Amino acid sequence: MSKFKNKKDNALPAVNTASLPDIVFMLLFFFMVVTVMREDNLLIENKLPLADQVEKLDKKNPISYIYAGKPARGYEKFGTEARLQLNDKFADIKEIQAFINAERAALREELVPYLTISLKVDRDANMGIVGDIKQELREANALKINYTTGTGSAMDN
Amino acid sequence: MAKRSAPEVNAGSMADIAFLLLIFFLVTTTIPKDSGINRKLPPMEPPNDEEVVIKEKNIFTVLLNGKDQLLVEDELMELKDLRAAAIKFLDNGGDGSCDYCNGAKDPKSSDNPDKAIISLKNERETSYSAYISVQNELVAAYNDLRNKRALQIGPKRGFRDMDFVKMEKEYKDPKFNGNKEKLKEVIDQIRNEYPEKLSEVQ
Repeated sequence: MSKFKNKKDNALPAVNTASLPDIVFMLLFFFMVVTVMREDNLLIENKLPLADQVEKLDKKNPISYIYAGKPARGYEKFGTEARLQLNDKFADIKEIQAFINAERAALREELVPYLTISLKVDRDANMGIVGDIKQELREANALKINYTTGTGSAMDN
Repeated sequence: MAKRSAPEVNAGSMADIAFLLLIFFLVTTTIPKDSGINRKLPPMEPPNDEEVVIKEKNIFTVLLNGKDQLLVEDELMELKDLRAAAIKFLDNGGDGSCDYCNGAKDPKSSDNPDKAIISLKNERETSYSAYISVQNELVAAYNDLRNKRALQIGPKRGFRDMDFVKMEKEYKDPKFNGNKEKLKEVIDQIRNEYPEKLSEVQ
């Protein structure tokens, strides 16, 4: 009866992994499409507060970001008070006007009036720094601002 | 074995390469989730001597102190009651000129939504999250009133079951297949009926 004897040994056949690259590529393309390159390296803690009456930031208009919050781990030498971050480094309140002007210079002229300033301020920061930022923005005549928040109930703040 | 086929390329490591790329993109990118409360700052004005006289009853003062306590019209208030209080104030219609208001028509409160001003004051020690919560509630008060109004006048203008927030969203949506000009008219009308007058004290 050796005719019907299984010639192979009884080991399980290997799973075909030929389609694994395709699956991974699919994931890769998904992430490439839905994400954007990180623009700024955050040196501060930036946990946004929550609000539910939010509007989407219009991506058609140019957006500049101003971050504020207390220095993140690894940057404790900059103190524990909320600090301002412009681009990739800590900045002084006085530098906002120069920053706005630089952002404007990089834009096409017809888009300059539509520049929106997105304020990404940590929820634990106090209003002192926010008030100072707002005052500087008024002086720079950048009046369109957006308090960028997460979405959720404001009662949880 | 006369004809030898070309040996197959081993594609086993393709997955590894793709994984490497995937992880690179996961690390260097963020999913954009930018949304927030839009505000317009008042422009810097040259100092002028004209003093605008606003009646006391037309101002709704909201004070947020350094301990994140809320003082509304000189009375301590919980955050959850702020929205209702603001709606009551805005929708009062004390002088009777506002025929769409549903308020109590209390002569001691605001004259009409056009004159009613919410004044928000905060201190330097106020936390940002409390400030955003208050801003959010005040925006919500305006949105609630506008939504109510939109549901009232919308059906007559051919925009059934759309509240104000939805109208605005549809107006910005390029895929919206309806009469955009008509929609804009309705939005502008509601905006005029309940103008957002929120002033911040420095």
